[in-house]
Amino acid sequence: MSAAMRAGVWLRGGLFVAFIALLIALPFTAGAFELRLANVIGMHALVALGLVLLTGYAGLASLGQAAFVGSGAYTAAILASSYGLNPWLSILAGMALSVVLAWLIGLVTLRLKGHFLALATLAWGLVITGVLRNWMSVTGGNTGFGSATGNRIPPLTIFGHELSGDRDYFILVWGCVLLALWLLTNLMRSRTGRAILSLRSGSVAAASFGVDVQRMKMLAFLLAALLASLSGGLHTYRELFIVPGLAGINASIDYLIMTVIGGLSSLWGAVAGAGIFILLKEQLQQVMPRFVGRSGNYEIIAFGFILILVLQYARRGLVPMLDSLLPPLPPRPIRPQAPPLPERATRATQGTLLELSHVTRSFGGLTAVNDLSFTVERGEIVGLIGPNGAGKTTAFNLVTGVLDIDSGAISFAGVPITRLPPHRIARLGLARTFQHLNLNPGMSLIENVALGAYSRTRAGLLAGMLGLDRAEEDSTRAEALRNLHRVGLGDDPFARADSLPLGKARLLEVARALIADPELLLLDEPAAGLRRHEKEELKALILRLKADGVTVLLVEHDMDVVMDLADRVVVMNHGNKLAEGSPAEVRRHPGVIEAYLGREVA
Amino acid sequence: MFDIPLILFFEGLTNGAIYALMALGIVVLYSVTGVINVAQGEFVMLSALTVASFREGSVPGTVYIVVAGLVLWAFYDAISRLRERRPGRALLAAVVPLAVAAAIYLIVVAASRAELPYLAQILLAVLLTTALGPIAYRVIIQPLPRASALVFLIMTIGLHLALTGLGLAFWGPQPYTIPPFQGGSVRFGAVFLEGQDLWLFGISAALLLGLWFFFGRTLPGKALRAAAVNRLGARLSGISVVRAGSVAFTLSVFLSAVAGVLITPITKMVYDFGFLLGLKGFVGAIIGGLTNPAIAVLGAVFVGIAEQFSAFYISSAYKDVLVFLLIIPVLLVRSLQHLDFEEHVE
Repeated sequence: MSAAMRAGVWLRGGLFVAFIALLIALPFTAGAFELRLANVIGMHALVALGLVLLTGYAGLASLGQAAFVGSGAYTAAILASSYGLNPWLSILAGMALSVVLAWLIGLVTLRLKGHFLALATLAWGLVITGVLRNWMSVTGGNTGFGSATGNRIPPLTIFGHELSGDRDYFILVWGCVLLALWLLTNLMRSRTGRAILSLRSGSVAAASFGVDVQRMKMLAFLLAALLASLSGGLHTYRELFIVPGLAGINASIDYLIMTVIGGLSSLWGAVAGAGIFILLKEQLQQVMPRFVGRSGNYEIIAFGFILILVLQYARRGLVPMLDSLLPPLPPRPIRPQAPPLPERATRATQGTLLELSHVTRSFGGLTAVNDLSFTVERGEIVGLIGPNGAGKTTAFNLVTGVLDIDSGAISFAGVPITRLPPHRIARLGLARTFQHLNLNPGMSLIENVALGAYSRTRAGLLAGMLGLDRAEEDSTRAEALRNLHRVGLGDDPFARADSLPLGKARLLEVARALIADPELLLLDEPAAGLRRHEKEELKALILRLKADGVTVLLVEHDMDVVMDLADRVVVMNHGNKLAEGSPAEVRRHPGVIEAYLGREVA
Repeated sequence: MFDIPLILFFEGLTNGAIYALMALGIVVLYSVTGVINVAQGEFVMLSALTVASFREGSVPGTVYIVVAGLVLWAFYDAISRLRERRPGRALLAAVVPLAVAAAIYLIVVAASRAELPYLAQILLAVLLTTALGPIAYRVIIQPLPRASALVFLIMTIGLHLALTGLGLAFWGPQPYTIPPFQGGSVRFGAVFLEGQDLWLFGISAALLLGLWFFFGRTLPGKALRAAAVNRLGARLSGISVVRAGSVAFTLSVFLSAVAGVLITPITKMVYDFGFLLGLKGFVGAIIGGLTNPAIAVLGAVFVGIAEQFSAFYISSAYKDVLVFLLIIPVLLVRSLQHLDFEEHVE
């Protein structure tokens, strides 16, 4: 470890210790007002942590997080006050109801493009506040719900001790914040966290690792709703009085602002952002009315401009910016001696691996792939070639499940995959690379490769959150390093992916595909844009993989690469199969010559 | 016996026409630029309250927003010329927006003192508010050519906050009303249609038809649609994506500004009321899948009519709840439609 990295560890460790010391010291030293602010900050931080997961990591915007705060708060209050439920259980009930509501919203929006979730949550916030304001008999309407309006909310008790006052709640609230921070930090280092992060490199890429994209989006959305409703439940018992504004659109926007200020992709940013926002709002509420000369919530003017300016000039947010000023942290070590990940159980060496029969797909009036049939036998390298617009890429997308076929059938290792979604096909042992790179540029080589191990590993959500996945993680990283070596990139596993030239980045994608231990490797125009020596490197690699027993389907424009590598070549033109055979046969085929060079002038 | 439904229908149609203008602005902007402008409704508020200021003979706060925006514009233009190492051009680039700002300021101040005819005040208010369209595009969207849709969405939330707050600062929390364009009313069975209703229907219909003609038949309209379909392709064929974005932003702000002066004689206007109108426009736009203008317009009209009927027959307190719940079945239908995996990917 270099001296700079050691300094990085010490500085961050020091900051962390100082933060914990501050938290321990506050209940003994701070006055009532400061403790109250600290609790407000903590409860906002819980919601913001959920938004980091949802917006920063999964790339989905919610403009209605406050609605889940509201449903958590009101459910807890009403169940404990009007139905006599145990207060702790009432908080859990509020969280459960909020998660169910979130699930319903997710169900109708997460399959659609990103904007629909934002708009649906916005509308949902208005629905919830509308109900809270108008269902007078149950919620107390605009005047609020609590002892002030004749609904006694019982206090939380621990071992007979009633929690009251901000000192008691400080421990509870910040205990929850630290616990959530710990769980989410673990999560983002785990297999599930990687799957959520992989959503940012595009859904098609994530699905190609075997990640169920819809499920991961839903998971992030539900966890965010869970944290928001926990915050709501805590709010109910700290205040013993709640109003509909808690769930309102302005509150939702507040949560978004604090998350953006602290850093959308930083868990610590959520905590810092909540702190800065609450303190700043406190100040602005004093200062802004003096400018205008009237009382009113003019702080929103300042926050509007802050939001725009932060996104224009400091888009990563405060904490990541400060973090990049500190010396870097040493990377997580790799233990090469860790036991290897389990290999694919059934691996035959002979027989048909991929079979397309009479596959057709059209877009409107254009038939992109017409009645296409061919097979890939185990251990072969098959080249799929054709001039521009021949339907190669469409065929590739049909095999991987990215596009649905109109008629015909595709089977893989004897399993029909015609109607399977991309992630299920990937899990059967089909891994791919992309013509247009789909790497996570800010992550290291080793982390990028580890993304591809999703379908080969098991650790679930809880194991990841609790840090029970260490052994599998060690194996994953060791396996990732092995595959980096396999493609010749093992020398600097901690370099950032965006530091690689195009040729090496292609190899990195191959390593990421290989870590899945695939039966079939699909390469989408791997030679496109490569220099001559890079092409030679690529060819050598593909031949080595063949020797290892990997079957390869190569969609390629570059005739030299295909002719040198392929055992068999399938030629497409205008969506139809034009020819099939050995490279030598195909090269002599008159139709192929015509398609590539044009008709001879008679 | 059909009197009540008929009255409700026409009341709904009035609101629905306004929502339709908003929805159309949202769809145009989203189709061309991929941006969802959460602040769409704030321009409704600004144009209406600007008219109210003119009526009082005071300088509308809108002009300060326009001037401040143009100063920022000058600053941004100058900076980008300096980055290209052309200091002479930087000065020039800064002078033009500043001169425009000065001219607008002087005109508006003079207009607020002169007792202009009412229709002239309305025209000026719409123009002044519409000026915020290109300004907002230049100052907020254009500096980040490669930002994600998510970032733009959050930035327009910032715009919404800033404009709502400025509306409160300039006009206070009280409601304003402005007179109808024309008095009188016509009877239509049991329904009395006020002169303003007729103006509202007429102008909305004219705008919808005008836009249909613009996008379907004229070259600039077709160019905008091309930019919407394929940005790279549009650029290669000589269509400026920046220009297309600016025009789309301006058009959507213009539609909101017109909506503001049409509806305020009927319903009054408060600093935060535009946002709610904008959200109902969003419901219409969502019905049209954010990209289909015809269905978005019909959806918005349906929202207006459904709102009146549910307020009367179900509950007036829950009418907003019911309107916003409407998007759940709409989204459900869209989700159930069969999609290629790639199509529901960002």
